Amino acid sequence: MSEPRTPRSGGALPGLLKGLATTARTLARPTHTTEYPDAPPHLPPRSRGVIALLEENCTSCMLCARECPDWCIYIDSHKETLPATTPGGRERQRNVLDRFAIDFSLCMYCGICIEVCPFDALHWSPEFEYSELDIRDLLHEKDRLGQWMPTVPPPPALDEHSAEPAEVAAANKPARPARAAGAPPPARAARAERPERPERPARAERPARAERPEGTARPEPPADSVPAEPPTPPSTASESGSAETKSPEPTSGEDQ
Amino acid sequence: MTDVLEVTLRSVSVLAAFLVLPLLVGQAEHKVMAHMQGRLGPMYAGGFHGWAQLVADGVKFVQKEDITPAAADRRVFRFAPAVALVPYLVAMAVIPLSPDLVAADAPASALFVLATTAVGILGTLMAGWASANKYSLLGAMRSAAQLLSYELPLVLAVASVCLAAGSLSLGGIAQAWSPWWLIWQLPGALVFLVAAVAELQRPPFDMPVADAEIVFGAYTEYTGLRFAFFLLAEYAGIVVMSLLFAVLYLGGWQGPFSDQLGWLWTLLKGLVIAVVIIWLRVAWPRLREDQLQHLAWIVLVPLALAQLALTGVWVVVSA
Repeated sequence: MSEPRTPRSGGALPGLLKGLATTARTLARPTHTTEYPDAPPHLPPRSRGVIALLEENCTSCMLCARECPDWCIYIDSHKETLPATTPGGRERQRNVLDRFAIDFSLCMYCGICIEVCPFDALHWSPEFEYSELDIRDLLHEKDRLGQWMPTVPPPPALDEHSAEPAEVAAANKPARPARAAGAPPPARAARAERPERPERPARAERPARAERPEGTARPEPPADSVPAEPPTPPSTASESGSAETKSPEPTSGEDQ
Repeated sequence: MTDVLEVTLRSVSVLAAFLVLPLLVGQAEHKVMAHMQGRLGPMYAGGFHGWAQLVADGVKFVQKEDITPAAADRRVFRFAPAVALVPYLVAMAVIPLSPDLVAADAPASALFVLATTAVGILGTLMAGWASANKYSLLGAMRSAAQLLSYELPLVLAVASVCLAAGSLSLGGIAQAWSPWWLIWQLPGALVFLVAAVAELQRPPFDMPVADAEIVFGAYTEYTGLRFAFFLLAEYAGIVVMSLLFAVLYLGGWQGPFSDQLGWLWTLLKGLVIAVVIIWLRVAWPRLREDQLQHLAWIVLVPLALAQLALTGVWVVVSA
């Protein structure tokens, strides 16, 4: 087969010489490769090295463990009853985290657990040097996961002209004026005067739902209870409030 | 008794050179190729810039299991690495480093070197045939075709030099060399270099071991020490061909202080040629099988014949 002559290359010989010149030039220059253990690698921002746990933020809500695609997060917790802080007050319960472990031999570093954590208990750390000789040692318990926490970098700066983060906006909002005793709050009063009475039918369903026997499927779970609250007149606020606190308990019973 | 001692001493020194020089070339290839590609090459074995990398490789090869395929022709299969290796050892014995530093001063050493290096192909052919593997056989056939094609320009180029020097002895050729040969024998030198790289099956002429096409050619089934012997044969071949080029075309030991440092000049010139052979490997892609034959028969053989004619005419005219 005859070599096709492309007008650009200008024949085989200049190309061959060019190849020799390129390699010779690279040989003369200092090499640009550095070897890893001697020179630390330059990691890009938001590198996914290891998952760090901030134990104080964890409420044992199990969202991370449930969302994990390969189920490599193990959580054990128990409930603790806190005595009432005021006489006649209600006792509170809170979750205590007994075990939080991530098996990095299974983890695929998708970061879904970090995304779903509602309380920012999980963070990406760029540290990656935690290889082990035994695969079982890749199961990091919560104290080991907590040790990664100091290596978590601060969040990157926001883009220019981006919206204020929700937390900052909430903190910057002016404090509410103190409410005068006995008088209805101004916002509530204004809302009560709104001509939104035609929306009553939606409200009329509520007693019916309360009377429904347990175990029947509900068409729309707690979603309707939240928007239903604002139109409540201030006089019935205490009654409806008690109804609201009661209603979740049977539903959670249904879930179990 | 002294004769026996002398022969033993010469043999041992040739063996030592045969074991050391290929490792030097191999290490040079590691480092030169790495730096040509912007890498560092071996850095850890032995402590200083990985100088002991090839020693460590040798230790590793010794430890590996020596496998002979069930369908292989056992005796031929196991004998092939020796056939590939020994010719270069023999050829190294007759290459002079300086007028008196030569293991065996044969009267027709140029012819002897060409004859022995041509035997090495038998080892590859035996390996490919005995492996009972289609890729091995393809590789062996390719190297047979390649070595047949390139033996001719190689011999013609050497014949031209022998004609110019009026001697078949490598020592005599180097003695007769003058700087004028650098121009006069330049086409022959180029033909010799290209044909030598092809004889060694080095890139860009490494079709017999083209890993993208036929795995590793005739050496596909080899493991452990036998495989290492084939690699050693390749690097010993580079040493032999580089020293041969230095003696034939670059005047061997001729240079400043050639009385004391002649051997060093020969080794240095040979090392430069070895680096050039490595350089070609890094810079150029592999030729296709038909391009290889095309180059040999359409370009190199006519060029070598023209060089032979030029040399003959000049020798006759100037005599």
